[in-house]
Amino acid sequence: MYVYDEHDRKIAAERVAQFRDQTERALAGELSEEEFLPLRLQNGLYVQRVAPMLRICVPYGMLRSEQLRRLARITRDYDKGYAHVTTRTNIQLNWPRIEDVPDILAELAEVEMHANQTSGNCIRNTTTDQFSGVQKDELADPRPYCEIIRQWSTFHPEFAFLPRKFKIAVNASEHTDRAAIQVHDIGLQMVRNEQGELGFRVHVGGGLGRTPMVGPTIREFLPELDLLTYLEAVVRVYNRYGRRDNKFKARIKILVKALSPATFAEKVEAEWQQIKDSPTRLTNEEINRVKAYFTEPAYDALEDATDLLSQQRFENREFDRWLTHNVAEHKKPGYAIVTLTLKKTGTPPGDVTDRQLEQIADLADEYSFGEARATHEQNMVLADVRQDRLFELWEAITGMGFATANLNTLTDMICCPGGDYCALANAKSLPVADAIQRQFDDLDYLYDLGPIDLNISGCMNACGHHHVGHIGILGVDKKGAEFYQVSLGGSSQHDANIGKILGPSFAREAMPNVVSKIIDVFVENRTEEETFLDTYRRVGLNPFKERVYA
Amino acid sequence: MPDVIAADGTIRNDNWVVVARPAEGDSLDIPEGQPALIPADLWLAGYEHFTGRADIGVWFDSHDEPELLQGKVNELPLIAVNFPRFVDGRGYSIGRLLRERFGYAGEMRAIGDVLLDQLQFMKRCGFDSYVLRADKDITKAARCLNFFSETYQAAVDNDVPLFRRRAS
Repeated sequence: MYVYDEHDRKIAAERVAQFRDQTERALAGELSEEEFLPLRLQNGLYVQRVAPMLRICVPYGMLRSEQLRRLARITRDYDKGYAHVTTRTNIQLNWPRIEDVPDILAELAEVEMHANQTSGNCIRNTTTDQFSGVQKDELADPRPYCEIIRQWSTFHPEFAFLPRKFKIAVNASEHTDRAAIQVHDIGLQMVRNEQGELGFRVHVGGGLGRTPMVGPTIREFLPELDLLTYLEAVVRVYNRYGRRDNKFKARIKILVKALSPATFAEKVEAEWQQIKDSPTRLTNEEINRVKAYFTEPAYDALEDATDLLSQQRFENREFDRWLTHNVAEHKKPGYAIVTLTLKKTGTPPGDVTDRQLEQIADLADEYSFGEARATHEQNMVLADVRQDRLFELWEAITGMGFATANLNTLTDMICCPGGDYCALANAKSLPVADAIQRQFDDLDYLYDLGPIDLNISGCMNACGHHHVGHIGILGVDKKGAEFYQVSLGGSSQHDANIGKILGPSFAREAMPNVVSKIIDVFVENRTEEETFLDTYRRVGLNPFKERVYA
Repeated sequence: MPDVIAADGTIRNDNWVVVARPAEGDSLDIPEGQPALIPADLWLAGYEHFTGRADIGVWFDSHDEPELLQGKVNELPLIAVNFPRFVDGRGYSIGRLLRERFGYAGEMRAIGDVLLDQLQFMKRCGFDSYVLRADKDITKAARCLNFFSETYQAAVDNDVPLFRRRAS
């Protein structure tokens, strides 16, 4: 994991001093509400429905145990003792006091953390696959490139006031896309060209929100050394020509669509030709320097513990389920990737208490070289667990609420904080998630249904990624009452697409029943091998529509 | 003209005046005996008359294209860029292009909705004088220009990014 040097530490410390000064001027009335707004947003500070909300940056999801412990302490000392893992792998506090935020930032800086650019119309936290560096099928570890992008984008002087927010994601796996890159402003897919050189396929103009779009490819191959100059060209074209007259048409996807992807690509190419050989061009030395922070931990030379695990599976059905669903294959023999689910029924998806943060820190130290990862599906990952210690780990986490064996099933849903917390929301999302989790409480049935992404957003800003859920739920406001619109068939994988709206929206109480009917149609129509998405793609929207509105 | 802040935060006074774009059909109203900034396209339209004059500079609005004066920028004593609203970030790109692409070496001034917390970005993008919005406390400019002693990326003030400096 990346470790700050004296330059990073200096920038982090100077940032804390700057934000303290800005906060003091805001509290003294020297900055108007409107003037302070972008300053506090670029530090992740929202003023919410019931209290301020502080979004702390977790670059590409990586956390060290000391950082988890510090987050726990902060939630205890400055908040109500719990935090929330977001779909950009950040961590939110729901109840800090504005005047405490500079002190919180100072505490974060001590453990090499910050809240820079977690909101606002600037380049946000770059995200990637939570299995980076430990999975078998990746071309290279994407995290060094994410860190290089983080440094380039931090306080970029030209891009602090873009037309709208700007999100970049990197994926390195050929077969999966856990980073949902095609619904980002820029999605970077690592590829090799015919000469075997490493680079990126560049997608621009994907996104969710009011006008969901899958990002078209504007460059098939960008050599890795050209990464930053090309990003600079894309963002410069956007900064100059993106719409600023209408907030709802200001994302880069609208510009790409208006110009056409081909014309947009030409404009970027022309800009890039002017700067591609500037000193911003990366060097192999820099890539290697950053890569050196992401080298493999000191793995033991092991063999797969196949026999032991089979025996343990045989002896314990609960462990068997958990192993099947929440544990993934690791590139090293004898190791495994464990997802700690934060989706226990009765707890808002992605919420963790201070005690749980400390427990995760302890687990990371004991089982996974002191590191954990936050995922965009709002879970946590221990990436380097010895297979022969999985049973022991499972026993330990069962009482902590991290072993709900529902990963990738219907009840492992993505859900934004919604109207319970968020000032933007049209409707509550947490009670809907809770009601659906209660309706589908039979794990064997969930396993039989197979992988289903159910995503819930409380408004069309789409923090809950409802457009790319196989089943998407969107809170809408109908004459002051909360209603929910359902869409089907979305995907954030390599076959990314936006779900189709089923029809008129429903009252909250109807939602568990609506989801049940959708599931029934799937069960009645599926063939043996089909997943929910396969069946939907084969039979289309109509059978679902007929049943739900019958 | 109000007080002008220099890149080092010192404050001086000068008498450059910004001449607004005339209404359709009206002619440019340049005051007598005072140096004036006029809209860049009008300077180009009156090129024969204006070029080489030490008392006539130009200003770009945020939607203007700096490419307009490509090859001619160093004939100007002063170029200003207007930030109509502080959240409009196009002026930063205009500043970098004037400096880095078109090689402008003279004074470049930020005008309009210029606030204290934007000064650091303007400085990095090549602006070396700033007219702060009148209601803001000009004595705090030096502090706000200098919060950071280190930066990650290259810009006009330092064209070598941190990663190249780390390596050397």
